[in-house]
Amino acid sequence: MTGALRLVENPVDRLARTLEALLVIASSPLSIEELASASEDETERVETALGLIASRYREGRSGIVLEHVAGGYAFRAAREAAEACARLVERPVQRGLSQAALETLAVVAYLGPVSRPEIARIRGVAADSAVAGLVERGLIAEAGRESDGGAVRYRATPLFERVFGLSSLSELPRLDDLAEGSEDLRTRLEEVAGRRGA
Amino acid sequence: MNAVAVRDLDLDLDAFEGPFDLLLTLVLKDEVELADVEVAGVVLAFVERLAERASPDLEACGEFLVLMAALLELKARGLFPDEELAFDDLDPEEAVGELAERLALYRRFKAAAGWLEERLAGESDRYFRLGPAPLAPEPERRLAPQDPAGLASALRLLAAEPPAPSLNHLELRFPPVSLFLDRFRAVLSRHRQFVFDREVDSLSRVEQAVAFLALLELRKTGEIKLGQPASFEPITVWSAA
Repeated sequence: MTGALRLVENPVDRLARTLEALLVIASSPLSIEELASASEDETERVETALGLIASRYREGRSGIVLEHVAGGYAFRAAREAAEACARLVERPVQRGLSQAALETLAVVAYLGPVSRPEIARIRGVAADSAVAGLVERGLIAEAGRESDGGAVRYRATPLFERVFGLSSLSELPRLDDLAEGSEDLRTRLEEVAGRRGA
Repeated sequence: MNAVAVRDLDLDLDAFEGPFDLLLTLVLKDEVELADVEVAGVVLAFVERLAERASPDLEACGEFLVLMAALLELKARGLFPDEELAFDDLDPEEAVGELAERLALYRRFKAAAGWLEERLAGESDRYFRLGPAPLAPEPERRLAPQDPAGLASALRLLAAEPPAPSLNHLELRFPPVSLFLDRFRAVLSRHRQFVFDREVDSLSRVEQAVAFLALLELRKTGEIKLGQPASFEPITVWSAA
């Protein structure tokens, strides 16, 4: 029976099995290029095989789901198993993120590489503690300095994208779509100034 | 301390020595470079002066704060001459515009933080494996060149049989006390008295010790009398009979 199956095996099936193995042992998402390099195959065939894997490992069909995240592909647990997973493992990276940490994270994700003084200028308060906490969680990382001896700059990490389920930072919504411009604020400030002057 | 006392505050700084009032005058006339004046020193002098009083003088404190604020502004202008324009009074409309822009920028990031928070809540049922960073290859430990013959000779020293423990102390032979009892009794039967040291002079130290025990035994039984002029002097033995 096995011999008969092997005779009619689709060559992509074999590649798909290899990719499954690579994805199981990887500790972070693997890009198509990385998968192609490790399996010594062509990127087009890898993409085809990934499509095959995605159809096998999807919500409702398997306890393991293939997802496109953080610029690569990775396995994760199916959402229906979340409660059981929660009983087994902790998630210290995303647990208890404060408002200050989320605002700092937003600035770094949108503007990174960005320095602490720049973050502080936008938020109006010092960002040292929030930045240190985010670095410790692995959500942001150092990305060089502003200039020789200048302030350290930070950028969002692939872990940030993975934790927030983003395939890349370009998936973040446009800032202009999130809040109005400055016109309403300007009007209100002028009203306040008018009242003080009166 | 009153308001006038603040102006009379005596200062002893690197760049200036004298009353605070004079310092302000000289600064305003550009006769003292404010960038060189240590503002912290002025504050310390004021605090020390204030500490001398039983209760704080709020009026003096208020005036001091106003003067220090002015001094700091002047100093900031002096330290950042290129940005002098930034300190110039903004047109009220421009100031409102700039403030509104900054507030709007912050509002956008605050909204982005809210979006991230919602996103995180929506992803709360996504679990994935977070493995440790890939293990770095074990660094190869390079040993200094070794001499096998030298190593063998060093090991040979360690492998040598240890010297056998000495059992000499177990081989001491103690003659019986009775031997000396008989001997001393025989001597006394012939001479009535003898000098112990001379009698045992040719014996070993162990035999001398046993002989002394025999002497004590004879003394205990009342067969002899002992005499010694002083410590470490020869012991003379007499028959008690």
